[in-house]
Amino acid sequence: MTVRVLLFASYADAVGQSELTLELADGAVVGDVVERVREMAGGRALPPSPLLALNAAYASSSTVVQRGDEVAIIPPVAGG
Amino acid sequence: MSAARLVTSPIDVAALTKEVAGDDRGAVTLFLGTVRNSNEGRPVDGIDYSAYEAMAIAEMNRIVDEARERFAGVAIALEHRIGALGVGDVSVAIACAHAHRSPALDANRYIIEELKKRVPIFKREHYLDGTSEWVAQTGGREEVPS
Repeated sequence: MTVRVLLFASYADAVGQSELTLELADGAVVGDVVERVREMAGGRALPPSPLLALNAAYASSSTVVQRGDEVAIIPPVAGG
Repeated sequence: MSAARLVTSPIDVAALTKEVAGDDRGAVTLFLGTVRNSNEGRPVDGIDYSAYEAMAIAEMNRIVDEARERFAGVAIALEHRIGALGVGDVSVAIACAHAHRSPALDANRYIIEELKKRVPIFKREHYLDGTSEWVAQTGGREEVPS
């Protein structure tokens, strides 16, 4: 199945993209997305356990993803 | 119009305040976050704010809902600006109103503290020496290979 992955700020800079699609096996979890992105060029700049969101809400790395989901890997926030 | 918004143009603080004011509300509190001219001793020229926009709006509205539950009867409006801001520009404005001052003050404090912890907004600081860096909320910086 295909999921959409969003990267921001320093993470997007490190990997050189802010949006990508990944093909994952059924039953994959949000944490699998992080592993895949960390295997990409520049991906080691991301920590092993970053903040994660699934469909615009914070999620744990063990949350199961579904076809068409949007997974975001979120760098340290700095609003205000 | 939802109570929490992301905007790209200067925040109209007077309009935001008016949005929550009312004849039965004897207290209006306004918090403004502005771009400071230095960070950890380094002179700052400006800040580029960016966001995971859909989630930032959703998360700010979740925080507003929480504040309304904790501080019953409080009226809330908040805007966070993204884009390129200069020193002194208002990056965030939070207006709270209530019949009495305590809930209005407490709600405002609650919202800014939660916003800083949770809302996916990112900032890249530009320094007077021409360099720039992504900055984390704690004041720590992330080193990113260029």
